[in-house]
Amino acid sequence: MRINGKGLIDRSTPISFSFDGKKVQGFQGDTVASAALAEGRKIFGRSFKYHRPRGVMTTGSEEPNALVTLHSGAAQDPNMRATTQEIFEGLQVRGQNAWPSVDRDLMGVNDLLAPFFGAGFYYKTFMWPGALWEKLWEPMIRRAAGLGALSGEHDTSRNEKAYAFCDLLVIGAGPAGLMAALTAARAGADVILADEDARLGGRLLLEDEEIEGKPGHVWAADVTAELMGMDNVRVMTRTTVTGAFDQGTYGALERVAQHVAAPSNDTPRECFWRIVAKRAILAAGALERSVAFANNDRPGIMMAGAVRGYLNRWGVAAGQKVAVFGNNDNAWRTARDLKSAGVDVVAMIDSRKDATGEGDFPIITGGMVSDTRGRSGLREITVQSASGDQKFEVDCLGVSGGWNPSVHMMCHMNGRPAWDEATQSFLPVDNMVPGLKAVGSAAGKFSTQAVLEDAHAEAISALLDLGLTSADTVIPTAEDGAHNIEGLWEVPHISKGYKRAWLDFQNDVSTKDVRQAAKENFASVEHMKRYTTQGMAPDQGKNSNVNALAILADATGRDIPTTGTTTFRPPYVPVSLAALGAGARGKGFAPERFVTSHQATVDRNAPMIEAGLWYRPSYYPRPGEKTWRDSCDREVNMVRNAVGVTDVSTLGKIDIQGPDAGKFLDFVYINMFSTLKVGRVRYGLMLREDGHVMDDGTTARMGENHYVMTTTTAAAGQVMKHLEFVHQVHCTDMDVRMISTTEQWAQFAVAGPKSRELLNSILDEKIDNESWPFMACGEVSLSGVNGRLFRISFSGEHAYEIAVPSRYGDALFRDLVSRAETLGGGVYGMEALNVLRIEKGFITHAEIHGRVTAFDIGMGRMVSAKKDCIGKTASQRPGLNLDEREQLVGLKPLDGAQQLSSGAHLFTKGDALTADNSQGYVTSVGYSTSLECFLGMGFLVNGRARIGEQIQFIDRLRDIITTVEVVEPVVFDPEGGRARG
Amino acid sequence: MADYIAKTPCDGLLPQTIGSLTLTETAVDRMTSFMPWKGREKTASKALKAACGVAFPGPNETSASGDVQAIWTGRGQCFILGVELPDGLSAEGALTDQSDAWAVMSLRGDAAVDVLARLCPVDLRDAAFKPGDTVRTEMQHMMVSVTRMDDGFQIMVMRSFAKTAVHDLTETMKAIAARA
Repeated sequence: MRINGKGLIDRSTPISFSFDGKKVQGFQGDTVASAALAEGRKIFGRSFKYHRPRGVMTTGSEEPNALVTLHSGAAQDPNMRATTQEIFEGLQVRGQNAWPSVDRDLMGVNDLLAPFFGAGFYYKTFMWPGALWEKLWEPMIRRAAGLGALSGEHDTSRNEKAYAFCDLLVIGAGPAGLMAALTAARAGADVILADEDARLGGRLLLEDEEIEGKPGHVWAADVTAELMGMDNVRVMTRTTVTGAFDQGTYGALERVAQHVAAPSNDTPRECFWRIVAKRAILAAGALERSVAFANNDRPGIMMAGAVRGYLNRWGVAAGQKVAVFGNNDNAWRTARDLKSAGVDVVAMIDSRKDATGEGDFPIITGGMVSDTRGRSGLREITVQSASGDQKFEVDCLGVSGGWNPSVHMMCHMNGRPAWDEATQSFLPVDNMVPGLKAVGSAAGKFSTQAVLEDAHAEAISALLDLGLTSADTVIPTAEDGAHNIEGLWEVPHISKGYKRAWLDFQNDVSTKDVRQAAKENFASVEHMKRYTTQGMAPDQGKNSNVNALAILADATGRDIPTTGTTTFRPPYVPVSLAALGAGARGKGFAPERFVTSHQATVDRNAPMIEAGLWYRPSYYPRPGEKTWRDSCDREVNMVRNAVGVTDVSTLGKIDIQGPDAGKFLDFVYINMFSTLKVGRVRYGLMLREDGHVMDDGTTARMGENHYVMTTTTAAAGQVMKHLEFVHQVHCTDMDVRMISTTEQWAQFAVAGPKSRELLNSILDEKIDNESWPFMACGEVSLSGVNGRLFRISFSGEHAYEIAVPSRYGDALFRDLVSRAETLGGGVYGMEALNVLRIEKGFITHAEIHGRVTAFDIGMGRMVSAKKDCIGKTASQRPGLNLDEREQLVGLKPLDGAQQLSSGAHLFTKGDALTADNSQGYVTSVGYSTSLECFLGMGFLVNGRARIGEQIQFIDRLRDIITTVEVVEPVVFDPEGGRARG
Repeated sequence: MADYIAKTPCDGLLPQTIGSLTLTETAVDRMTSFMPWKGREKTASKALKAACGVAFPGPNETSASGDVQAIWTGRGQCFILGVELPDGLSAEGALTDQSDAWAVMSLRGDAAVDVLARLCPVDLRDAAFKPGDTVRTEMQHMMVSVTRMDDGFQIMVMRSFAKTAVHDLTETMKAIAARA
């Protein structure tokens, strides 16, 4: 019911939306909860386990009951809190965890079975027989329990992440947050003020009180306007700070489009902020807590502060006949506000015998609500007092068991709050989170005046830390009532029969469950929590933790401080994974790196493989070729018989210069480079400090003090980092400089008997075997473009790699390929490249996978005895040089037609095929067109001594069981004559 | 004899205008990395200044003279854009041609800082990152060099990342434009 003249809504702007298909008429400024309450809706949801009807309890993000699902299809958004969801025209809201609807839920039958569903029910009931857990019990429980559901469709919404930096982050914009932000902002600090709500003011919007002689919400609006007008202030509305992390970093979730009727496709739904603040102030206020009494979960039973909140902010009377039940002075405000708005206040019930409040309504001191009636909406309450039991007909009951300061964030770095007897609450202690200070109600200050003074003082203290002096900011005058409270956690249970007093409304945990846990010796608060599931629902126990531990304290005969709290962890409110992972969906998952020949390769319909972040061609299909093997075989033959071209720009290139460059390379490679002649290239192998192989490649000496190192594609970044490390840590004296030039040069392999013929058609100065023998390098010119030419071979053929500045890469690639085609050759891809190198026994990271040594790959003797190098000492450990180690070998099937596969295991003939008999494994395979059979490379125990042996080859995944012959790794042209020719 | 066509890293990708934001490619003809030899930091800076008018920039700084710009890119390392450096400078430090290695882009518009605040985890507030300031950081998953200009930001990524960089920037520009 709306009350005329009350509320901060804009009654000139009506907005309609639907709740479970029924039209609801609200106004600009309404939430789903306020608009639906105004129309008399009682049931907003069904509880998790028992499907009990539940109504709205609060006005904020802590709401345990009124969880709803928004939208449908891919945009379906479950577990949204009706209390914070702003309405907009056309919004579709659906109740959840109920069938067919929250008003008539057939799953409510669960509630009748409740006596069997007590604490630890799952653990006790579904333990036996064990085999049934996954098949029967778990699916059954999953179906029956739960809250909202996802659609199962691909989420197409856009989300965002962002970074922000400030001097002072103020978390919460109630009176404390506004005061702190204003004080700091006027002093010139760079301030971020974040609040969950669309409108700043916090409880000032929910209360009927004055600051500086004007209504609290007006003061809040004035301060908001001043802050919004300042360049050094960023006001972030609809933004919940979710966690405190190291180094003054805070997570914050901004709801960007969830209140907008038709956001554009480009509008992010949510934005997850990482805010780095030099200092932070937690002005998160306090949350009102309930009292446990029988049937305290009926729709219509709300927090007292929420009842007057709906009245003052939204002009909504949550009931027509309202009672208020509390243990503190604050609860009386609800009765007074309702009365002055003309709502029938049936009774003000205060559990304190000496309560002294006044009001024009029936007052019962020393009384407690002991039971209620009304399954689908509160109808009656029973009040026990010295004068016996009285029953009252009511449709709404406001309850206040006191207020819990929001210490959540203060505990994110494992700090524990301290119990304060006077306020009957846990308060933050000093230095729980470095640089973060709780102020106002979050620090246990409960009058508005005390809140403003505290916030002002702590803002000044933060300014001092920041090296700023505060300008004169006068603390306004405000309400300054005392916070009188007498602890009340549970109304003594006098009713007969099976009745439950609820603690955790979201997870259906009652006082009985907590007592049962204690009885079964789950007496630690952390054990009780897990045994009963109290505090493990989406509200994370904001509404129930303190109450539950108070009951546990009572059940175990301890006091509250000894019992202690459970651990608060981020996030403060549920955060969608879509927001946390914003930008990482689809192509955002990883960047794509493209070579300059990419477009030309795509034009030739080559399927791509991913090599790290790079995209490389797998093979280049030609008309008539049915499988990749057809193309691959043709490309291999082309290289062996004519000439092939492929892009090798992805290999790492590192420019190394300086008087000590040679010495430096001697230290990072196992072999010598200082002795390499200018204009020559050498193959090199480098080890990690643990003596295992890190990477291999060729390094060219371009000048006296100038080398160009190449790395594998996979290890380019790792090697660059390694070189920097070695220089900065081990070789600080060496005058050597290095920088990546991978991207500067587009580099192409030109391989095959006709490679020189092809190159001579484009080089400005022709080459021959005298001027460019095998392993020669130098600068060349192509149509006036300066390039580099290296006579190196990864195919075993007479081959070169030619490099030009990347801007010419596309043009040169197209030119090389078309010229190769006129010579009977063409372009080849990674599959052919792989076959060519397997025939030659050349290794890749399939072989040097991180667990092999130079000894294992047959390069032990390359480790120079004349010098030290990284990994040398470690590589000489006896265990790394044993015959029993798995050594690199070649493998050839006895049956020429037999397919081989990498990943297969090798077994000595006659051995049982069991895991512990494995003699090694296969790392690479390919079909050799030259030998007309498959070839493999792999590691075999004492392999070099077993050349010629027949062994069993087993691939369980692909069902390949065959016999192979162990051969030398180099199968094709072992003398290497082709490369030198 | 062929005449090889040169292509810029963002060929076919830029320019793009979204709302009041623009992303353009800055054509860089010459870009050279310069790393002074051991103990020659001061003389190298003097020689650099004599050669092209810019001093060796301090960490997170740039120096400029006319069209020549020196951008700090790391420990003992800067990139010099817009000039062909004399070979003689190699007596003072290692010179390496980087003219083709990087895609250089300019992001302009009032909300340019909001775009980068969604991609780079660094403090870009006016007071912390003034015109002429530079930083090596990451943009989404790519390492970048970001320099504040008088009217926007200069962003450099390694050439092969150009397409992803333009994609990430333009998608964020769309989101920023949609919020406006």
